[in-house]
Amino acid sequence: MLETAIALNRFGLGARPGDPPPANPKGWLAGQFSRFQPRPRALAQVPSRSAVIGQLADYLAEARTNGQARRKMQPASLTTGAAQQTDQQADPMRRYFRQAIREDYLLMNSARLNSALTTDNPFAERLVHFWSNHFAVSVDKLPVIGLAGLLEFEAIRPHLFGRFSDLLLAVEQHPAMLLYLDQVQSIGPNSEVGRLTAGRGGKQRGLNENLAREIMELHTLGVRTGYSQADVTEFARALTGWTVSGIARGPVARFIGGGDDGGFHFADGLHEPGDRVIMGKRYSEKGEAQAGAILLDLASSPATARHISTKLARHFAGDDPPKAIVDRLTAAYLASGGDLSALYRLLVESPECWAPGFLKFKTPWEWSVSALRAVSQSEIEPAIAAAMLKELGQPTWQPGSPAGWDDIAASWAAPQALMLRVEVAQRLADKAGSSLDARSLAEKALPGSLTDSTRTAIARSESPQEGLALLLVSPEFMRR
Amino acid sequence: MLTRRFFLGAGGATVAALSMPSMAFARANTSRRFVFIIQRGAADGLSILGPTGDPQHASLRESFDQDLAGGTKLGTFFTLHPALAQVGGMYQDKEALFVHAVASPYRDRSHFDGQNVLETGGSSAYQLKDGWLNRLLSLLPGGDSRALALSDTVPMALRGTNQVSSYAPSKLPGPNDDLLERVSAMYEPDRQLHGLWSEALATRMAAGDAQGTGQNGAATGSVAAKLLAGESGARIAMIETNGWDTHSGQRGRLAAQLKNLDGIVGSLKSGLGTDWTNTLVIAATEFGRTARPNGTGGTDHGQASAAMLLGGAVAGGKVVADWPGLSAASLYEGRDLKPTTDLDTLIAGALAQHYALEPSRVIATLFPESRGTAFTRPLIRA
Repeated sequence: MLETAIALNRFGLGARPGDPPPANPKGWLAGQFSRFQPRPRALAQVPSRSAVIGQLADYLAEARTNGQARRKMQPASLTTGAAQQTDQQADPMRRYFRQAIREDYLLMNSARLNSALTTDNPFAERLVHFWSNHFAVSVDKLPVIGLAGLLEFEAIRPHLFGRFSDLLLAVEQHPAMLLYLDQVQSIGPNSEVGRLTAGRGGKQRGLNENLAREIMELHTLGVRTGYSQADVTEFARALTGWTVSGIARGPVARFIGGGDDGGFHFADGLHEPGDRVIMGKRYSEKGEAQAGAILLDLASSPATARHISTKLARHFAGDDPPKAIVDRLTAAYLASGGDLSALYRLLVESPECWAPGFLKFKTPWEWSVSALRAVSQSEIEPAIAAAMLKELGQPTWQPGSPAGWDDIAASWAAPQALMLRVEVAQRLADKAGSSLDARSLAEKALPGSLTDSTRTAIARSESPQEGLALLLVSPEFMRR
Repeated sequence: MLTRRFFLGAGGATVAALSMPSMAFARANTSRRFVFIIQRGAADGLSILGPTGDPQHASLRESFDQDLAGGTKLGTFFTLHPALAQVGGMYQDKEALFVHAVASPYRDRSHFDGQNVLETGGSSAYQLKDGWLNRLLSLLPGGDSRALALSDTVPMALRGTNQVSSYAPSKLPGPNDDLLERVSAMYEPDRQLHGLWSEALATRMAAGDAQGTGQNGAATGSVAAKLLAGESGARIAMIETNGWDTHSGQRGRLAAQLKNLDGIVGSLKSGLGTDWTNTLVIAATEFGRTARPNGTGGTDHGQASAAMLLGGAVAGGKVVADWPGLSAASLYEGRDLKPTTDLDTLIAGALAQHYALEPSRVIATLFPESRGTAFTRPLIRA
């Protein structure tokens, strides 16, 4: 297999027939580090964070009001006119907000896709997708629908070539993550707000360990790497006060403080006072800095280095990556202080990532992006883009759990998955019409890696569209 | 899975025949009907028509083919799979004749090359450019016989210089069958994708016939019968069945396949009424499967299989086999049932007798590469 094909398909997002093949594949990949645009034109139309948070806050307030109204009215009389009126007024409002938030999601998903289709730096874009999956949020949790894309655009893209610790901090302080992993609900029992609510005999609210646990298990150290339940609880205490500005309405908002832009906000009134001890180390910092210090230590842990290195190696060197490359990446991570560029450079230079044959079965996202790039489609209707990815089994930012999507063939290479790709391929090919010659396209998309059986199948097809569909579902195109 | 139906009208039958059966067509000069049912995917003849009298059968297949215990005994040696209940009834009525250890000239194990040989009538894949069923048209009285394919695309056996028109009763959802077949061909050399794709096709078939009751098959047979019945009816039809590639879970899958096939044949008979007495149905597959089951409850690609001749025109009630045996030494390459009967000569002989044509002319036209001579023993009622 040619290095060109590996650079285009395994490192990149799939060849576009109009692009000249890179003369120097490794140089082409390394050059993307400096050419990468954190905010390309494709992302220009994305709704702002304050707009999304404003909609979300209004929706949550409306939902609360409506819920209270309903609870008040119901015992009185089932036929109360006022209650009916409230429902009639409220439901269209809720629908409106729900609709607006969903619209945000569709726009962001199509912006992400358009960026992947139009980019000249596909290796860098692939890395964005990698980290977005590493720091997964899932939009089946309603408040996250409009924010999931922003986590990727605002927290991941700007730190793509920086240090892991900076990326980590940006992600954990992003409203999408704080909302998704329930951090905004976490209250230090001995904090100002904690003592107040306890004194009033109000609803028991307190510590939520979700974010602390997932940071340790998924984002940094990795599962079963030596931390204990006590460490998770201590970390959760340290994280109290980390919240989102502008999300609360009414009296609570006064306690929390901060602006209304939906950004990260440290609310001292929620923070659990005192020192924390995690994995034997004492953290005496005050306020926001306490969890920040813990995050920095987590980022520089050898367990984190190995966890991140294993996932990166798996993404480029195969589902079960050779130990040697994981070891080298781990060493580079520790030596460079978690410099992500150093890791990417090592990937480009590692022979394991250039092994001939196919090391990876494409995920539905990877397959869709490469198929659209192959047929030179650079834009796609937002609702159609979302529907296509959902049909293929990988709706964007909706992996269903903070663990993200699996990055192994066993999770994707399934009978029905193939059938769905064939169906989608046929639709894409029909849409492309007979203008594309699948035979020459195949040589460009899979330079030096097209098998005789695929070449024959395409050549014998009954129509240009059929030939194109066959190319898109060929064994070579299913893998990278 | 998808059962596709292809019809050859021997007298200018058109699409209108479906909705307006009274419309006058040029009457064909033969009242004889021929239906070719292709079993794509390599049907396991040893499970369908079990050689339960063979001394090796117990050790090789008894537990694997446990369903045969409830099947129809055809004499002392063979047992017909119980899912073929209506076919079994035809055997009792002497309307069914089975041929075992039969194979086309193809001796390798690729579905697509094998089907190409089976459909073109050549001796190797892609040697001939048209199909033997199309060439049969030029032998039939009436000369200007036209073909009707009841689908979007025309299978290889029907392709050729004789005109074929097509009609699809309803648009099938999802990818078209032709693309699915080409994907199958493309995935065949890929171990992982071939296996997954076979499963996907099997599921698709099961979804199309959710209860596995053979209702899909019965519906297919009914449509085919409508097009074939009566004076203005078509004279030749081809029905495609897919999903015989049972590498795993063969017991359940094969039973569902056979119920489907039984439904096709059963409703052909009931739908054709008196025309059934002039009808010959041949069901055949591209090759058979391994004598020994594999480790996943299935069988792999093999050589000889079984063929069926069904219909009121058939001189039935018998099994024709030059039985090669199942001992290790008698298996082809130590693994497959050895072919002892040539499918080409069987088809040529049956059609020559059915249409009262010169056997040498039939075999030379349909199977020009064949070095054999057409069957002369009686296959069709005089």
